[in-house]
Amino acid sequence: MAAAMINERDLEFMLYELFDSEGLIGRERYQDHDRQTFNEVINTAKAIAEKHFLPIRQKLDTHQPTFDGKKVHLIPELKPAIAAVNASGIGSATADYELGGMQLPPIVASAAATYLTIAGGVGMGYNMLTTANANLLQAHASKELIDTWVKPMLDGRFMGTMAMTEPGSGSGLGDLSTKAVKASDGSYRVSGSKIFISGGDHDLSENIVHLVLARVQGAPKGVKGISLFVVPKFLLNDDGSIGADNEVALAGLFHKMGGKAQTSTALSFGEKSGSVGYLVGEENQGLKYMFHMMNEARIMVGTSGAVLANAGFQYSLDYAKNRPQGRLPSCKDPLSPMVNIIEHADVRRMLLAQKAYAEGAMALVLYGTQLSDDEKTAPSQEQREYAHTLLDFLTPIIKTWPSEYGPKANSYAIQVLGGHGYINEHPVEMFYRDNRLNAIHEGTTGIQSLDLIARKVPMNNMEGYLATISEMNKTIVIAKEIEGLNEFSSELKNAVNTLNSTTESVLKAMSTKNIDLALANSVSYLSMFGHVIIAWLWLKQGIVASNALAEQPHQDDKHFYQGKLQALQYFYRIELPQVAVWQKVLVNTDSTSFDMQAEWF
Amino acid sequence: MKVLVPIKRVIDYNVKVRVKADNSNVDLANVKMAINPFCEIAVEEAVRLKEAGTATEVIAVSIGDKSCQEQLRTALALGADRAIQIDTDQNLDSLHVAKLLQKVVEEEQPQLVILGKQSIDSDNNQTGQMLAALTGMAQGTFASAVNVDGEKVNVTREVDGGLQTVALNLPAIVTTDLRLNEPRYASLPNIMKAKRKPLAVKPAADFGLDLTARTTLLKVTPPAERQAGIVVESIDELVEKLKNEAKVIS
Ligand SMILES: Cc1cc2nc3c(=O)[nH]c(=O)nc-3n(C[C@H](O)[C@H](O)[C@H](O)COP(=O)(O)OP(=O)(O)OC[C@H]3O[C@@H](n4cnc5c(N)ncnc54)[C@H](O)[C@@H]3O)c2cc1C
Repeated sequence: MAAAMINERDLEFMLYELFDSEGLIGRERYQDHDRQTFNEVINTAKAIAEKHFLPIRQKLDTHQPTFDGKKVHLIPELKPAIAAVNASGIGSATADYELGGMQLPPIVASAAATYLTIAGGVGMGYNMLTTANANLLQAHASKELIDTWVKPMLDGRFMGTMAMTEPGSGSGLGDLSTKAVKASDGSYRVSGSKIFISGGDHDLSENIVHLVLARVQGAPKGVKGISLFVVPKFLLNDDGSIGADNEVALAGLFHKMGGKAQTSTALSFGEKSGSVGYLVGEENQGLKYMFHMMNEARIMVGTSGAVLANAGFQYSLDYAKNRPQGRLPSCKDPLSPMVNIIEHADVRRMLLAQKAYAEGAMALVLYGTQLSDDEKTAPSQEQREYAHTLLDFLTPIIKTWPSEYGPKANSYAIQVLGGHGYINEHPVEMFYRDNRLNAIHEGTTGIQSLDLIARKVPMNNMEGYLATISEMNKTIVIAKEIEGLNEFSSELKNAVNTLNSTTESVLKAMSTKNIDLALANSVSYLSMFGHVIIAWLWLKQGIVASNALAEQPHQDDKHFYQGKLQALQYFYRIELPQVAVWQKVLVNTDSTSFDMQAEWF
Repeated sequence: MKVLVPIKRVIDYNVKVRVKADNSNVDLANVKMAINPFCEIAVEEAVRLKEAGTATEVIAVSIGDKSCQEQLRTALALGADRAIQIDTDQNLDSLHVAKLLQKVVEEEQPQLVILGKQSIDSDNNQTGQMLAALTGMAQGTFASAVNVDGEKVNVTREVDGGLQTVALNLPAIVTTDLRLNEPRYASLPNIMKAKRKPLAVKPAADFGLDLTARTTLLKVTPPAERQAGIVVESIDELVEKLKNEAKVIS
């Protein structure tokens, strides 16, 4: 039997044991649901993944989109696959009933989407961008814009993009130069070049709704002068039917190392008379609105990192159980049968590392997803604000940790397969290539680390930081009372103490030393924080596992929970000690990278 | 035209079946359950008949404890209009199942009853045939095509030598084979709609039947583990072994 796409037992553990998804039914928004509707949605997603995406996954990877100068060509199988997703309602599962959604809790939608990500990954990127685009408009656009653009996107007739990046403005959006000029009818004329726009052109939908960042004529320089516009590929006639071409020209396609099914486009807006754009919200507030989408997209990016890590883990685990090769060091008899490679301790090490990364990352992204729900639907105002504080603070970590350690997990998956992992007869090298993007888009790791230490930590008297620490302390106290976990409870306590003292000294350096030097090791800070957070989430998993083991569960579950505890131990013994290395660099304001001169290379 | 679809809750076909340590039965503790794949095909066929305007109502029925409501809800999400759970925690023989279904048939008067040809857990391949005998209805088993034509239904059957098409007078019983159709998955709106469709619960005891077991399960043993292979020295040795040890050629 082929390897499972994902460990279903683990998904169930995450949803119903680690996080109380079933408890969400108590919230008014979710009152029509129960565990069965959740499971049915997951089954439907799995069925679509198996039927429509898995069979074309490799073709999507090997047949990247082409541009003949006029039109983009994708493999023909993708369109019906995406249509199947749309017809099933999965694309709009979390939306309100009025918009044709089923008000599914986001954490369940995210669990269901894992199958689609693994089976067709990037093909689904079109839908995900569309959902995020529609959500942004719903939060910030006028009723008129929502009525016109959101519904067709949720129906799958239109698709959406986010168009920020320009050739001269990537990480630093403040320098963007796309122009918008107000026209007499109140709309704008947008012109300029954008690059790397995912899903910027294709033939999968009737229309494409670009959300474009541009500077209104006369607006301030820098990030304060950026506005957001809806710029459709085709204008609409009064009756809503597709109208005139809106001068959004495809200048070319980029050829990527992974994620090949999703077009990456260079777009040229309004070369002749300007593309018609409709302002979202108010002028000069564009970046703020875009952050709405980006925050959501950042959770999606982290989720993709985590899910692909799990996919590689499951695949290499299955392979390791079935590939006979070599004998144990203790066995000298050449006539004895070969062992399956999982019998080699080093292979188990690589599998454990993957498990620790993949399931740790999955816990993190689902935690983030649940917070994004809690900030809207938690019972009390206070709880909603608290969830918002935590999520806002943790977003750089939720985005980055899975994006950095997901590809590491995939690299181990390749290693477990040896030479067979390096060739495309197995999907692990593709998982690695697809996953490698995640540390780059939606703010690189470097940018995220600056966001964390320079913005998020000091913000609102360190409110988010302190809330996060207090959440970790709660777990430390609980774990201390559980036999077998006290070692890890005190390790986490030490790590949190280290984090506190390190944070203090970095903040101090930022106010007393050359700021460029004080921030030179910002990625070490992000790495350290990420590891402490993942250690915390592993301890949470350990608590669930220990409590479950005390109840004498079924043999299968015993194995499952034992595996959780072993991965917890792996993370604490082999990964967490890294914290000390980062601490030293940070506390000493180590200047090795800062002092390095371009000429010395 | 009313269509009745009896469905069974069984171990999920993806699950590796295990036998209890004392060989008393299959170990179902902690195991994922699902609608029997042949029953799923039956639901699909009934729903297609409804979509084609041939059937007016599709009723799913299942016999078992409360947990089989899950599979009934799945059937409702796939397009059945209402469901009946015949409530019992007894493990019933095919004959008892058929007798209970006979009562439902008497009550509901369906023109067509579509069942799976067998369930993947007990592999009996009996219920449809027994129900036909009990109700006196015509039967077309192992169907790979079903076409209702006026007062008749044409059923193409998968038989050993190929295909056989029979015309049955309605009301009739059809049991499904694997190639009859490819079942759909439930769309999200339909999953939600299913929650509001009627699901009636009727205690099995209310049907006034003697449900005492007629068969006793003595033991269950797993298939023999595959033995490790050996490398033979020559073709002759291989032939010798195939003849005398494996006894697969003579
Ligand atoms: C496949 C793909 C899909 C994409 N999809 C979209 C999309 O749909 N819409 C969209 O608008 N954009 C998209 N992008 C663009 C993406 O967001 C940018 O590539 C990314 O933000 C980085 O910008 P850049 O490529 O210009 O790199 P640069 O900004 O030039 O960065 C290069 C390096 O310098 C570092 N660096 C830059 N500035 C700083 C700083 N201030 N401090 C420290 N280090 C710094 C970065 O961390 C990085 O390591 C996509 C990119 C790719 C590759």
